[in-house]
Amino acid sequence: MLIRKYPSVLIFLAVLAVFTLAITLLSQAYGTGAVPTSTVKLLGKTLCLALAALAMDLVWGYAGILSLGHMAFFALGGYMIGMWLMYARTAEIVTATLANAPIPATPDEIRQGIASQIFGVVGSSDLPLTWSFAGSLPIQLLLVLAVPGIFAFLFGWLAFRSRVNGVYLSILTQAMTLALALWLFQNDSGFRGNNGLSGLQNIPGLTDVPQSTLSIWFLWASAAALGLCYVLASWLVSGKFGSVIRAIRDDEARVRFLGYSVEGYKLFVFTLSAMICAIAGALYYPQAGIINPAELAPIASIYLAVWVAIGGRGRLYGAVIGAVFVSLLSSWFTGGKAPDLNLGFYTIHWVDWWQVLLGVAFVLVTLFAPKGLSSIIDAVAGLRAPKRHGADLGPDLGALREREAEA
Amino acid sequence: MRRIFLCLLLIFALPAWAQDLEAVLAANRAQIEKPSRQTIGPVIAEIAASGDGAVAFLEAWGDRRLGLTDDGRFAIIEGDAATDAVTGAPLAGEAKALKPNSGVRGLIAAALVPAQLADPDMGRRRAALDALARDATAEHLPALRAALDDPDPVLAARKQRLERLLTIRFDPEPAARVAAIEGFAGDSGSDVQAVLNPILTTTRFAGPALPEGANVARQLSIGTELTEAAAYRLLVDAGLAAPRLSDAEQKAALSAHLQDGQVGNIPVANLDSPDARDRAYRALAAAGAVRPAASADQVDAALAANIFADLYTEPSPEVTDAARAALNGLVLRERAQQGVDLALDALSLASIYFLAAIGLAITFGVMGVINMAHGEFIMMGAYTGYVVQGFIANRTLSLVVALPMAFLVTALAGVVLYRLVIRHLAKRPLETLLATFGVSIALQQLAKNIFGTQARPLTAPDWLGGSVGFGEIVQISTIRVAIFVLALLFLCLFLFITKRTRLGLNMRAVTQNPGMAASMGINPDRVAMLTFGLGSGIAGIAGVAIGLFAQVTSELGQGYIVQSFMTVVVGGVGNIWGTLAGAALIGGLQKGIEVLNPANTLAAQTWMILFIIIFIQFRPRGIFPTRGRFVEG
Amino acid sequence: MQGLKSIMAGSALGLVLAGGAWAQDDTIKIGVLHSLSGTMAISETTLKDTVLMLVEQQNAKGGLLGKQIEAVVVDPASDWPLFAEKARELISVQGVDAIFGCWTSVSRKSVLPVVEELNGLLFYPVQYEGEESSKNVIYTGAAPNQQAIPAVDYMADELGVEKWALLGTDYVYPRTTNTILEAYLKDNGVAQDDIFVNYTPFGHSDWSKIVADVVALGKDGKKVGVVSTINGDANVGFYKELAAAGVSADDIPVMAFSVGEEELSGLDTTNLTGHLAAWNYFESADTPENKAFIEEWKKFTGDPKRVTNDPMEATMIGFNAWVKAVEKAGTTDTDAVLDAIVGVEVPNLTGTMAKVLPNHHLTKPVLIGEIREDGQFDIVSQTDPVPGDAWTDFLPDSAVLEADWPGKKCGMFNTQTNSCVQVQSNY
Repeated sequence: MLIRKYPSVLIFLAVLAVFTLAITLLSQAYGTGAVPTSTVKLLGKTLCLALAALAMDLVWGYAGILSLGHMAFFALGGYMIGMWLMYARTAEIVTATLANAPIPATPDEIRQGIASQIFGVVGSSDLPLTWSFAGSLPIQLLLVLAVPGIFAFLFGWLAFRSRVNGVYLSILTQAMTLALALWLFQNDSGFRGNNGLSGLQNIPGLTDVPQSTLSIWFLWASAAALGLCYVLASWLVSGKFGSVIRAIRDDEARVRFLGYSVEGYKLFVFTLSAMICAIAGALYYPQAGIINPAELAPIASIYLAVWVAIGGRGRLYGAVIGAVFVSLLSSWFTGGKAPDLNLGFYTIHWVDWWQVLLGVAFVLVTLFAPKGLSSIIDAVAGLRAPKRHGADLGPDLGALREREAEA
Repeated sequence: MRRIFLCLLLIFALPAWAQDLEAVLAANRAQIEKPSRQTIGPVIAEIAASGDGAVAFLEAWGDRRLGLTDDGRFAIIEGDAATDAVTGAPLAGEAKALKPNSGVRGLIAAALVPAQLADPDMGRRRAALDALARDATAEHLPALRAALDDPDPVLAARKQRLERLLTIRFDPEPAARVAAIEGFAGDSGSDVQAVLNPILTTTRFAGPALPEGANVARQLSIGTELTEAAAYRLLVDAGLAAPRLSDAEQKAALSAHLQDGQVGNIPVANLDSPDARDRAYRALAAAGAVRPAASADQVDAALAANIFADLYTEPSPEVTDAARAALNGLVLRERAQQGVDLALDALSLASIYFLAAIGLAITFGVMGVINMAHGEFIMMGAYTGYVVQGFIANRTLSLVVALPMAFLVTALAGVVLYRLVIRHLAKRPLETLLATFGVSIALQQLAKNIFGTQARPLTAPDWLGGSVGFGEIVQISTIRVAIFVLALLFLCLFLFITKRTRLGLNMRAVTQNPGMAASMGINPDRVAMLTFGLGSGIAGIAGVAIGLFAQVTSELGQGYIVQSFMTVVVGGVGNIWGTLAGAALIGGLQKGIEVLNPANTLAAQTWMILFIIIFIQFRPRGIFPTRGRFVEG
Repeated sequence: MQGLKSIMAGSALGLVLAGGAWAQDDTIKIGVLHSLSGTMAISETTLKDTVLMLVEQQNAKGGLLGKQIEAVVVDPASDWPLFAEKARELISVQGVDAIFGCWTSVSRKSVLPVVEELNGLLFYPVQYEGEESSKNVIYTGAAPNQQAIPAVDYMADELGVEKWALLGTDYVYPRTTNTILEAYLKDNGVAQDDIFVNYTPFGHSDWSKIVADVVALGKDGKKVGVVSTINGDANVGFYKELAAAGVSADDIPVMAFSVGEEELSGLDTTNLTGHLAAWNYFESADTPENKAFIEEWKKFTGDPKRVTNDPMEATMIGFNAWVKAVEKAGTTDTDAVLDAIVGVEVPNLTGTMAKVLPNHHLTKPVLIGEIREDGQFDIVSQTDPVPGDAWTDFLPDSAVLEADWPGKKCGMFNTQTNSCVQVQSNY
């Protein structure tokens, strides 16, 4: 059923599998070594960003909720896994050191040792309450989903219940991520302030595995997560549920009058996409190695929206293409690799001008190609928006209904 | 530190061994070249006592006009010329200026006080009083009393006041001090408090009985005013009790007595709990290997046997009583003044937010369009001010030019943005939001490319430089008052435009029902464009205002944009009074939270945003909800 | 289908990214890891130019070990995770022998695990909060005992400050520095009530209340001094508000740790004269080495208005120390260079020598400057070179720690238990 409706799922999965395999065979750990570890990490991180963009597309492209705070969930996921990574790694070191002492350490001394190792950098030596479960991988993994999930649920419940929507909701989500970032910035909140959590690429218990191998494992994990979530999202939007959320996007009041619980649907999509974002974040930061509050500054979430918009919203593959295309292009331009453009009277250094180009490109896409890059695919597939001359979408004579809503 | 110096000064100054300047300088050459506040005191005293030329020498030294020639003569530098510091003869060679640090300069100024107090030049007398207010010593008091008369009434009054302040500090007679303190009843000047508070400094005392003649501030009872642990620490510090055993000491002692894998008959492997360690330690203590730890009973007994109290360092009870009475009288008044000051700060912040948000409110209200580039318009205004200041050196004039210029530049930018982008996205508010965000990224980077990432100076004219206030606590910088006035001005202007002009009428019509307005012959597109220009122009003015008290960088706008959104959303869209109320709420809230947690300004911002998020849940349409075409949202 | 193409394009792009220049045998490569865009660009670009200038000078002198030095410049764009990525690329793809880079603490913490894993060599040129010593990093900036502690001593001794306001931007350097200073002040008998601490966000502009709080501290008759670890732009508003409140340097002196010649060029300094800054170098230092350096710098940048500052001096010292160590070792191999570099002495620009210590810090003189009207500093105090202390003596946890790389092969050695706490750094 899913495949019949969305043949693109198969193509997507195939492309993803081929890509991952190809990189593996070219990697330093399992292949010829043509692709260096730093590039494998870059690609792995890009897959995670694509996953976050997928979540963003679900909530914005399908349900019409423009959330400008989705990177908050991404970063929360990263913080949750980061806490375990830091704690467990430090615990290994501390127990090894204390084992050298003539008298065995009390559990309290071990905890104290870990706390002063982690928080000594920021001038504190107590383990905050929020770190109570940091020693347990299963609980922290659960928290990766639970914390952003509950957070999104509460926020969404409050917002949707009082019918905050449109630009109000966007501004409110932006305020949410800003407040969270400011809170994490404070040393007192117990997440190491601006320094954040670092050294996350060293996985406790796997100290003997070289980074070249770990990077491939994470690439596979990221690809698997992306593939699974893609299938899940496609399944979700292909059924009746998908029709309802698209209807909410197009005319919320009408859906409400038809007797659907609009708030319930929105809340579900919002929470689900927050959790997908959190998974992406939990896979992203062990590859990036460091997470700090700058990661959830409002600008990061807006970039997420930019990727989805450029890739094409309302198309799951559009979001993925947008994230991959823009983030790789961005790192190419800002990396100083792009050749300077000599105009004769002025030389354009792309390091300086890339942001201007991105901004302008974004305005142009919004103005002239609301479907972004995926409109090219639409053109190939022969999907065109019918000319309705301003009339509402509806079951008129000759209406294409579902297909029309699709376009 | 000051006391030691004072003693030294007295020792050296009193014996009248007035030598001539030449000899003093020769003897202390190295010190004078590289003076340290710690050790230079006696040298300055010697110089001051050396008669002719000493005052001129010290004045030059304090003003960094004293130089050293290549052949080692001290020279007083006047512009390009230099004269010998001792003989007054003109010197030909180059003199390298000496640079005493500001601590040393303070001592020099203090040493000059007696000579300058009666100087015919008013500037010198004023300088002497400034120095007295900063660093006065006991021997200044007679000098000041001798020079109380002053032809200038302002300086005379200052001298009177300083004399009373110095009396409180240095007069040997308690009665005179009490009288002086009572003379200041009801005066909340910080100089008075600065004199009264040190009188009330206390030290904490622990011992079996109070010392003879102690001026007791209060006795401390254990449990309520002093925790048991703190009290016991006082006893340990005073050498009246044995210290408690810390965990680290216990551990060290245990590992020192490790034998055959056992400590006190407990195997080492079992020593991983505090209980087991205590048992092992007790076993060791019973065997006499370590000192026994202080038990709870011993601690209690030691606490019961001693008295804990705060003692005034000032020996005279009359003086401390008078000082305490005077300060108690000030507390309430000071609280009230602090409250007023805080309210002023909040008002100032609110007017800044208002100014930053009003443009946003106009465009949001009339067109339902969120302009994410609004912050960059603010930045543009600030940079316009900076550029204008580059061309016009006179700061007042440049400000007069910069304000309308900033309005024009940003209004034009707003109109261009409207024509090119926003017009084509009518009825798609979310996409307008995103498109204007693209503009915002581009503009910000453009500003970085043109002006660099470093902060640029935008300086207020001198008449806006100071501060105005009532008393010493209620102070607000003039520039903030000016911004407040500017905000009021724009409120009036906006009210005038909407209520009294054709454009305003059209704007209201388009806000309420664009379709109907169009049928009445109003061109909604043109009205929207003009509105957008107006809103953007005000952002430019706000930019100049913000740049005057803060830093002009490409990120200037970003710092205000979220607060501006909040202001608009909290206030209610499309209603100027709503924006006003929103700004007042946010400004007041932020300052209020800052008071609760003065150490962490970041926390205040966090809680403020959190509060607003919750506020929106309950009033999703703001304080003043509007009726209009965007009610459907 | 487009998806496939796009992804293929993406991966092709990745390969291009990874490619780059292949190492040539006749050059020695060094990496320059400073942000050229983003918020830190203005500070860090200067250091990139400094390294390029030093490379040019060294090559003009005949290079190193008979080879030319080639600088590989990358842009981590003020993005902390990107620092780690670029460092990995520099070491494993470009094969550089040393990296000169980083400014903020968080960027250093981001790079640290990478250089330790790949056994690289990083020269870090900025004053920082200490509490760290890595085998693979040479810290050429000041540790707290080379800037903060002497500055506070100066304020207490020379200015008679008795009451302290520690104002800082809320990030790790001010936090740790203030924690150390609080402990130090209390050790010296300052009461808890006489220390006021405040943290503000980056780029803070609303200073009226904080300035009022600081002024109010003076009402108990003690002399108030401000120790400012306020970062970058935010200083502008702070000094403006101080001036508006009529506070002169004689009343309340402000000692800044992050305000140098570069920062002052964005300010109208007439109202700031007399306020202080503590560094290990000022452009106004009167030595022949400094004159020559400034001249070279202005010639290299072609801009007579460019100022020099403390991190530039630190970069220069780091580069020269590395050159000397490579010559001593006869190879650019990291371990050999690290063995050789300890004990190397190179001249600094203020007339003394900088020596690389076993804890990978340097000896540096501490200079205190008073701000002049022209945006330069009058040097009012200069100490003999102070050895940098990786682990501060004023916090109980780190007082027992020391770092000794050639001797104990440990950057975090507990002298109480006589054991190495950890060989790798805690990030």
